[in-house]
Amino acid sequence: MVTLNSKIPEGPLEEKWTKYKANARRVNPANKKKLDIIVVGTGISGAPAASALGELGYNVKVFCYQDTPRRAHSVAAQGGINAAKNYKNDGDSVYQLFYDIIKGGDFRAREANVYRIAEVSNQIIDHFTAIGVPFAREYGGTLTTRSFGGVQVSRTFYSRGQTGQQVLLGAYSSLSRQVKEGTVTMYPRRDMLDLVVVDGKARGIIARNLVTGAIERHSAHAVVLATGGYGTIYYLSTLAVNSNASAAWKAYKKGALFANPSFVQIHPSSVPQMNEFQSKLTLMSESLRNDGRVWVPKNKGDKRPANEIPEEDRDYYLERRYPAFGNLVPRDVASRAAKERCDAGYGVGPTGLAVNLDFRDAIKKQGKKAIEAKYGNLFEMYKDITGIDSYEEPMRIYPAGHYTMGGLWVDYELMTTIPGLFAIGEANFSDHGANRLGASSLMQGAGDGYFILPYTITNFLAPEIRTPRIKTDLPEFDEAEKNAVENINRLMSVGGTETASSFHKRLGKIMWDHCGMSRNEQGLLEARRMIRELREEFWKELKVPGKTDEVNQELEKAIRMADFLELGELMVLDALNRKESCGAHFREESQTPDGEAQRIDEQYAYVAAWEYNGENEPVLNREPLNFEFVELKQRSYK
Amino acid sequence: MQNMKLKLKIWKQRDASSRGRFVTYDLDGVSPEMSFVEMLAYLNEKLVLKGDEPVTFEHDCHEGICGSCGMYINGYPHGPVKGLTTCLLSMRYFKDGETIVIEPWRAKSFPVIKDLMVDRSAFDKIQQAGGFISVAVGAAPEANTIPVRKHSSDLAFDASVCIGCGACVAACKNASAMLFVSAKVSQYALLPQGRPEAKERVRDMIAEMDKQGFGSCSNTGACEAQCPKQIKLFNIARLNREYIKAL
Ligand SMILES: Cc1cc2nc3c(=O)[nH]c(=O)nc-3n(C[C@H](O)[C@H](O)[C@H](O)COP(=O)(O)OP(=O)(O)OC[C@H]3O[C@@H](n4cnc5c(N)ncnc54)[C@H](O)[C@@H]3O)c2cc1C
Ligand code: SF4
Ligand code: FES
Repeated sequence: MVTLNSKIPEGPLEEKWTKYKANARRVNPANKKKLDIIVVGTGISGAPAASALGELGYNVKVFCYQDTPRRAHSVAAQGGINAAKNYKNDGDSVYQLFYDIIKGGDFRAREANVYRIAEVSNQIIDHFTAIGVPFAREYGGTLTTRSFGGVQVSRTFYSRGQTGQQVLLGAYSSLSRQVKEGTVTMYPRRDMLDLVVVDGKARGIIARNLVTGAIERHSAHAVVLATGGYGTIYYLSTLAVNSNASAAWKAYKKGALFANPSFVQIHPSSVPQMNEFQSKLTLMSESLRNDGRVWVPKNKGDKRPANEIPEEDRDYYLERRYPAFGNLVPRDVASRAAKERCDAGYGVGPTGLAVNLDFRDAIKKQGKKAIEAKYGNLFEMYKDITGIDSYEEPMRIYPAGHYTMGGLWVDYELMTTIPGLFAIGEANFSDHGANRLGASSLMQGAGDGYFILPYTITNFLAPEIRTPRIKTDLPEFDEAEKNAVENINRLMSVGGTETASSFHKRLGKIMWDHCGMSRNEQGLLEARRMIRELREEFWKELKVPGKTDEVNQELEKAIRMADFLELGELMVLDALNRKESCGAHFREESQTPDGEAQRIDEQYAYVAAWEYNGENEPVLNREPLNFEFVELKQRSYK
Repeated sequence: MQNMKLKLKIWKQRDASSRGRFVTYDLDGVSPEMSFVEMLAYLNEKLVLKGDEPVTFEHDCHEGICGSCGMYINGYPHGPVKGLTTCLLSMRYFKDGETIVIEPWRAKSFPVIKDLMVDRSAFDKIQQAGGFISVAVGAAPEANTIPVRKHSSDLAFDASVCIGCGACVAACKNASAMLFVSAKVSQYALLPQGRPEAKERVRDMIAEMDKQGFGSCSNTGACEAQCPKQIKLFNIARLNREYIKAL
């Protein structure tokens, strides 16, 4: 067991962050140059962190597996980024944003962290605007917003349907500036294989050069993981296909706790699976639900084309079940409702695993042009993939694995349980509780990177100014490198007959069926058994071609797959442990009479932080969640 | 829809210093619903199981937004369909029995790393030379204190959607990077926030472009025709104007 100290500052909610900053230790500019920081990841958390730390004068080394930082998975975010600007005069405020995130997360996040992210949200928009991110504007020249799933105010800033691209490229431009300034060194095409811990502190990483295959040692005074989420464990998900859990998983095995691993958001609107070779489900931004109406036929097995089904034979089930929020209910609610309809036999499309998202009424009311201006690129993408023109007939959508609220446990300073190891963005667990609200991940990533980590990291670094550059010939580096090489050699020498992708598909199916949108004890126990068997089979039947000292994409996949096969079991264990339903975690044993999620606050108002324990069952550490400022309520969107 | 049988002629090259060659593969069972990269992944799955070497190629988002994917398909960067990246190119655009020729980008500034994978880091260098607005974290004014004409903002957005895939360079007989550079220069030139550094930016980015060995622009427009994000040629005209102003 470890003692979890969340380091939440004392005092009223609104003053915690200000007080923290006032009291934080500082590193003087002359000393910053002497401190090395490794940032792994260049998404919307890593690129901001690296550029902000570089601007402050630290010596920053940045890693990503892509050929350039600009391609990090964040680039694919579509809908927008939240901030509490209240430009629409609709009663928004920092408190309202905080409350929406806490409530949306079904009261399983830390109040202090959430309030802080809401507090910095406005600065993020200011900064991105100043560095040239073209957010959508009104004719008067000011910024505009739209409303986004799960809230009743309009606070989402956007750049058509490709906000992630725009903010990421903004962050990439600042990162590029720091590379020019010489404060940041880029190491692209590297896979982090292990974390190096020296005397209890994170001091470096082992990385594989994906072009030459060379195993490299990199040292620093502190390490920041901004390596994103692990939703690709489902194989089919909305994430970029190379997204993976390995960096966080290796940190876990070196002693960092993994929090709420089973909290995974299944997004309600992706393009349904079309063929068995598909490796990715394309997201259709939930902003579409602002204007699109979700429905299925009222009659089971109604195979008429959607446009031929008259109004009276349509079941707008979200509007029916949730009159107050209608099509804008949070993602977990919308996903489960779609699954419920499809499982009951009302699904549409060739597989019956889809529901309609219909723009007919919106086009009638606002005109095609207005709809095109808002969602043009999404309609295009949908057409590219399916061949269907959604101006003429409804889109078909189905839920898909999308975002992992779980991640490395961090304290208020965003530091893991390994001193000197920080985790930001989707890689940590901190702000979204059991369910994330739309457009708040870009906000959290950029907030962590630009405005929070640069302050909180100094408490760790201030006492380190006299620590000389960390040498890479320390025995801890030898050991970590040896383990990484052995792992690779083991994978290469299995000599079986099945590819890593094939194992990935099989694991994905187990996770989707038993640890996806809805879970129960029996299914989870079954899943645990199946994952263990699959893991054994993997180490007997895996086939990796080629050599280790060259580009070897099959080896890259195998390395990631070995970690997924371990993480999958931890997710299941976590889901088994939490016998309540909360947010995206729906335990069938715990529901209200009308089928909504039923929390059990007396028993489960805690963060489940798992500790690696070698071959033995991981140890559960509980961080109690004390709600001092909001009242716990059963979520209702009726 | 019926599955297809294809003949694939794919460029195989061990590394930058080796000589490459075409290898022909017969591939059966291709579903018209696959995307081009899924088709290649399907080929690789078969190759690995047979004990052959898979084809190295890059892909990540499968949504046409990360810019990882990219290859010549039957002589066209990203294939024959306008406005699509390789990952969004559906196999329904191909016919049963067809031969498809697949090659890596061919440009001096994009050396081949392996098979269809090339080194596009020259684009990063150009961006580092000046593709940014120098505002430090914490120094930004309140966002609405900088009003921007909606029209300019929309044009800036249209230029900003470049995914850095390199198809423009690959399409150009001179292997010029002008469309790519013009997109970035235009985005910032059109916004008031970008004006203070406009001169240095365009000078430095052009200088770096030359240094990276990209060719010059002879206005043939092949880049625009092949750009999956439909970045327009008039951005190059704007780049030229900005450049002249900066001299
Ligand atoms: C399709 C889609 C649409 C979305 N839309 C929105 C939206 O509209 N609004 C919103 O707020 N959120 C949205 N999200 C969520 C949001 O995009 C992500 O949560 C967020 O971008 C994650 O950012 P990140 O910085 O944590 O990680 P990522 O962007 O995932 O970056 C991870 C980085 O880590 C690197 N990395 C990973 N593993 C390793 C390793 N082992 N070695 C070296 N490097 C490694 C990668 O190279 C990459 O640079 C969306 C997500 C998806 C999938
Ligand atoms: S301008 Fe077009 S073709 Fe060139 S890199 Fe950008 S998106 Fe690709
Ligand atoms: S894989 Fe990202 S653009 Fe094609």
